[in-house]
Amino acid sequence: MTVTIFLNGNKITEDVSPDETLLSFVRSHGCKSVKCGCETTNCGLCTVFLEDTPVLSCALLAVRADQKKVTTLEGLPKEAEEFGSFLADQGAEQCGFCNPGLIMNAIALFRENPHPSDEEIKRYLAGNLCRCSGYEGQMRAIKEFVRWRDSNEQRQ
Amino acid sequence: MNSVSKPIRKKDAMQLVTGKPVYTDDLAPENCLIVKLLRSPHANAMIEHIDVSKALLVPGVEAIYTYLDIPKGSRRFTCAGQTYPEPSPYDRLLLDKHVRFVGDPVAILAGTDEKALQRAMKLIKVEYKVLPAVLDFRTAKDNPVLVHPEADWESLCPVGADNRRNLCAHDECGSGDIEGVLASSDIVIDRVYHTKACQQTMMEPFATFCTIDAYGRLNVVSSTQIVFHCRRIIANALGIPKTMIRVSKPRIGGGFGAKQTSVSEIYPAFVTWKTKKPSKIVFTREETQTASSPRHEMELHVRLGATKEGIVRAIDLYTLSNTGAYGEHGPTTVGLSGHKSIPLYGKAEAFRFVTDVVYTNVMSAGAYRGYGATQGLFAVESAVNELAEKLGIDPFVLREKNIVKEGDVMPAYYGETLTSCALDRCLQKVKEMIGWEQKGQVRSVGENRVRCLGMGMAMQGSGISGVDVGGATLRLGEEGIYLLSIAAADMGTGCDTTLAQIAAEVLDCSPDRISVFGADTDASPYDSGSYASSTAFVTGKATEKCALKLREKIETLGASLLGAERKDVTFDGEKVSYQDNFVTLSEIAAASMAGRGTLEVTECHTSPNSPPPFMVGACELEVDLETGEVEVVEFDAAVDCGTPLNPNLVRVQAEGGILQGIGMALYENIEYSEEGVARHNSLMQYKIPTRMDVGRIRVAIESSYEPQGPFGAKSVGEVVINTPLPAIADALSKAVGVRFTELPILPEQIALKKRFFRE
Repeated sequence: MTVTIFLNGNKITEDVSPDETLLSFVRSHGCKSVKCGCETTNCGLCTVFLEDTPVLSCALLAVRADQKKVTTLEGLPKEAEEFGSFLADQGAEQCGFCNPGLIMNAIALFRENPHPSDEEIKRYLAGNLCRCSGYEGQMRAIKEFVRWRDSNEQRQ
Repeated sequence: MNSVSKPIRKKDAMQLVTGKPVYTDDLAPENCLIVKLLRSPHANAMIEHIDVSKALLVPGVEAIYTYLDIPKGSRRFTCAGQTYPEPSPYDRLLLDKHVRFVGDPVAILAGTDEKALQRAMKLIKVEYKVLPAVLDFRTAKDNPVLVHPEADWESLCPVGADNRRNLCAHDECGSGDIEGVLASSDIVIDRVYHTKACQQTMMEPFATFCTIDAYGRLNVVSSTQIVFHCRRIIANALGIPKTMIRVSKPRIGGGFGAKQTSVSEIYPAFVTWKTKKPSKIVFTREETQTASSPRHEMELHVRLGATKEGIVRAIDLYTLSNTGAYGEHGPTTVGLSGHKSIPLYGKAEAFRFVTDVVYTNVMSAGAYRGYGATQGLFAVESAVNELAEKLGIDPFVLREKNIVKEGDVMPAYYGETLTSCALDRCLQKVKEMIGWEQKGQVRSVGENRVRCLGMGMAMQGSGISGVDVGGATLRLGEEGIYLLSIAAADMGTGCDTTLAQIAAEVLDCSPDRISVFGADTDASPYDSGSYASSTAFVTGKATEKCALKLREKIETLGASLLGAERKDVTFDGEKVSYQDNFVTLSEIAAASMAGRGTLEVTECHTSPNSPPPFMVGACELEVDLETGEVEVVEFDAAVDCGTPLNPNLVRVQAEGGILQGIGMALYENIEYSEEGVARHNSLMQYKIPTRMDVGRIRVAIESSYEPQGPFGAKSVGEVVINTPLPAIADALSKAVGVRFTELPILPEQIALKKRFFRE
């Protein structure tokens, strides 16, 4: 069936198979940051925004995104770099494979709750698995980022 | 030092965090044939008849291969990434008439789209003669059912293997009069421990793509830790010369040893070699969970003799290891269970270490961070914790009385002398961090709720003595920028960066001036690959030697351009100076290009020793004794990895390893049905820790200086996974009052044991 999806600001109209996942759709359109880690909505690697809500694209059909805005990390280069550099400063990106999904969800968290507590951070990102870092470095990066962003805003 | 020991960013960090397409499946050509495997539904069966004719008619299907397509008389091989001649037996064919576990490949399918292949898979008709299967590894040795009855099974090394007995390996070693010392000990702890076949569960599944290049050679791009071994394995599997194969790795989405076995490469390699078309395979998570290379399940029988003052006098260890259907890493992992646990106890007068590695009809095991030491340390450290309990001695105090010290000869560690050790400081540090003395090992925090503490020690190695080879090539480019070419595999560990830090330190420049390239069998110098905790120590030393030689060459050429002798010039990283004159690095580089001798050096390194890194870890848990629910409140650890090459990366490696260890202790369970079907086939069933599961993990670095390592460094990658297992088991034993000897320790076991114990 024919769908129109606004992927990172680009209007794409094309035929998709009714059982094609949004994950496969965005990857086939060059958004390779979106990874498949489990196929069962357990790992968070395939997180994208549907409109402005984080969703797991492995469990969402492409047709569900018809007439909707889909954003991947490719569509948020500035935010990715800004927050990502704090992961990099901790060495907490490690293998990097889970990073795009984590960063998408972290961006969603900051938009919803600019000053999350440790517990709120853990809860919000609970579905983003990482096997390298033990999560501690990610937590340090998030807190450093929030501190930096706040001091930046104060200055402005 | 200006570069080494600095917490600089990883060279690839910004590419990774901005989601750039740098992993295998991101880079595969769009027109690749998709490769899928039809897998055996039986644990042990012979294929009587297989018919693919209907499946081949499905539009989009390009080719289907079965065991009938494998030339008769093909030599068996192993998929274990080890230095030739591999200790792992040659027991595999690319496809075999005999399938040996649920998930063993029966047919390779290649086609233009996945749906066509799914349809085709259902149309392949296979008739099996189902055979009885060996599913309990305790019954495997000398079982009438043989996993490998075939006559062409081969063992290349004297590892005590005998396929007619289901034995993948057998070994015995020891020193001193073990029975005599045990008999004269004041106390003997005698326990059997059991650990399961945990999965590495790296986030990136196994993935490989292949093309034929302009020279007609097979070009393999794969998520692998071992490009050179992989090339040999593919050559063996396809029966073609190694010279026809090039293997390279892009970024790797985690390895942890899983990718020290060629799990996925041989299938698309075969398809592309046959069809001359590009092809790729990306394992599903289910395949990654059920047909891969997990940790060896082990049963460990410890007999530990001590004086009543708590001096460990003798350790007798028997390890039974389950290698599954194939022998990948079977003969070698088991060795670490004793050789990297017993030597911690420096005062022991005798040890004995006997091992059996058996074949069974479950998926083959492989290499997983810790590589047998993890299992051995769980057993030995648990026994020592029990000893402390029985003698009423604090576990830290007992360790302080016994630990191995710098200068000690370690009979159970291949007779090596310990040249660096901060184990004593690690003990002291962790005791303070966790608040051991203030808190006590158990305290009530409410009705049926207790807080409990436990601890454990660990060691590992730094590469395989006399076997692992590290290689590095350094070249000065015309702009005065260095290129460091390696075949060690950065799998997130950061070795591209730490090796550049080593080179930069020697060459007096910023690590930014060192471009790193690797790993590629056509372009990198030989390196056995990134495993066995070898990269920092072995490849690191090769890099240091290489940089020193290049420095010498730069000084020599600079001196000659200045009309001076090398001994009279100085090199500050930017220019070579003689009295008031100097030539810049770029000028020296330009001169080298113009026929004054190339400024390129390749060095390899192999070490006669494998200096062990050490770690001490302690946990604080909160346990609900009614439900058995465990909350990991805190895990504190101190690691001695010699000089930390990059403290950020050391810290994150340690934190990550600790959480994997916690997962193995509390959640991660591999179970099979009575038919040998893996139950934990997704991340829904196989529970790795989330960020909700642990309060906090804290890591301290207690540096020592290892004289044989680059700038004093030892390894860190593996030792970090080991301490949570004995620490958590001991804390829970204290909480419940019954020893836990099997992992994982699940809430129901805690609740049941508590109830049982009360009655």
